[in-house]
Amino acid sequence: MAEPLLRVEKLVRRFGGIVATDEVSLDVAKGELHAIIGPNGAGKTTLISQLTGQLLPNAGSILLAGRDITRVPAYRRSALGLARSFQITSLLLDFTAADNVALAAQAHDGHSFHFWTNARKVPHLRQAAHAALDRVGLGPRADVLVSRLSHGEQRELELAVALATRPQLLLLDEPMAGLGITESARMVKLLQELRREVSIVLVEHDMDAVFALADRITVLVYGRVIASGTPTQIRGNEEVKRAYLGDQHAVTRHG
Amino acid sequence: MKASLDARYAVAALVVVALLVLPIYTSFSGNTFALTLFTRIVIFALAAASLNLIMGYGGMMSFGHAAYLGIGGYAVGILAAEGIGSGFIQWPVALLASALFALVIGALSLRTRGVYFIMITLAFAQMAYYVASGLARYGGDDGLTIYKRSDFAGLINLSNRVQFYYLCLACLFGGLYLIWRIVNSRFGLVVQGLRSNEARMQAIGFPATRYRLVCFVISGTLCGLAGALLANNTDFVSPAVMYWTRSGDLMVMVILGGMGSLFGPVIGAIVYLLLEEFLSQVTEYWALIMGPLLLLIVLFGRGGIDGLLGRLRRG
Repeated sequence: MAEPLLRVEKLVRRFGGIVATDEVSLDVAKGELHAIIGPNGAGKTTLISQLTGQLLPNAGSILLAGRDITRVPAYRRSALGLARSFQITSLLLDFTAADNVALAAQAHDGHSFHFWTNARKVPHLRQAAHAALDRVGLGPRADVLVSRLSHGEQRELELAVALATRPQLLLLDEPMAGLGITESARMVKLLQELRREVSIVLVEHDMDAVFALADRITVLVYGRVIASGTPTQIRGNEEVKRAYLGDQHAVTRHG
Repeated sequence: MKASLDARYAVAALVVVALLVLPIYTSFSGNTFALTLFTRIVIFALAAASLNLIMGYGGMMSFGHAAYLGIGGYAVGILAAEGIGSGFIQWPVALLASALFALVIGALSLRTRGVYFIMITLAFAQMAYYVASGLARYGGDDGLTIYKRSDFAGLINLSNRVQFYYLCLACLFGGLYLIWRIVNSRFGLVVQGLRSNEARMQAIGFPATRYRLVCFVISGTLCGLAGALLANNTDFVSPAVMYWTRSGDLMVMVILGGMGSLFGPVIGAIVYLLLEEFLSQVTEYWALIMGPLLLLIVLFGRGGIDGLLGRLRRG
């Protein structure tokens, strides 16, 4: 088997007495869409945050295209081709949609110690921004302040921002969260197109979306990988069924 | 939207024209007091504008900005006391000293956020205050009289009120133009992005601290220039100029005028210092009137006076 694009080995992250990531290992091949599922509190976002560098693991390693990035700071991982979208929409609310995307393009266009030229009039940055916005269908909304975009549009903008950094690997943390049915359908369609261009790690609660999109699925429960395989394998996995059904009570209890 | 923009531009244009023609009025009316007062206002407007760069655009609540007024002032005062009267030496030293101070305290304090950042910048400014108080050779607590203003080899005479006023005004407009270029540049967008959402900016690939630090240094340097002007204006520099209440005054000017608006701090400085001047003539308890007034503007005028102007025709 060829070297995986992303390899996670025995990753451990503790918060006090809680082990949020418990010896997690997984491989993502180039071109693959790899979904990570699991009940609430399974440690999915914690795992993503370690992949992007917002959190450092206590043990284990993360390799991107064979290179150890376990201790590489977040901003440099972005330069190495890793992009993320946030579960809770995390954009520059007081900037326009185009500014948000143009800044992502700017981040990958050399250093930003340019003090004089108007950055909003740099043609290639604006073009990159509009291309990414068009890609997710937000072209006509380019000059709208992000705080005035609808929730669905903000989720799409999250994607556009991630795309503008020209990533090798896209880490999507619940892109469907809070979307209505039609918006969700649009997002699934969009992801179906994007997956042809870029490898994706998808964390998602929407099981219909996950089974429609994923090449492989990893199931996380209490920070531990309990199963990993193709959608068909996961669907038939007894332990997964048990975890999901058994966990229903735990979920309600924790609110 | 359009109408409100017009209101803001109209006020800004009015203020610019008024500042430009003020010496003509004072020379006809013989009212030199107004010129003296407005020289001071223009200098503080520059200091407030420099603070606005980090506070309004950068989201860095520095509570020690008056330190640069003192450092710029002492650079001029100490060099003058040592017999170096040339402004071509004094002023670059003032700017350089301010930049270095900003670099050091920025490198240390930018590791923190929020209240800690406010406290650390305050602590550093107070340190500068006590160091200046301890400079026995240069007047210590009593301050240092500057017997001769900076000498620019006949190019401009700082002892001439009108010439000095226009120099201060040129520094203010130059400073504002610089800030305007910066906030619209790539660098400026990064700094404003970091104010808005640091985690996002890191995730798309920007190292936060080095951009903030450079912004912090530019701001401190500009304020050091205001300090050099202020020392020349008062022919005197003392530790009091660095005292934390001075930093507070600058913050109030910025908030009053409108954080993150280019022209806001100028309006803030004008309103604040004029109020201070006239209320203190009416009553010695002028702070009792000033306080509630500020409170009202902060409570009801989000974005300060500039923000109020912005909403003028919408409300």
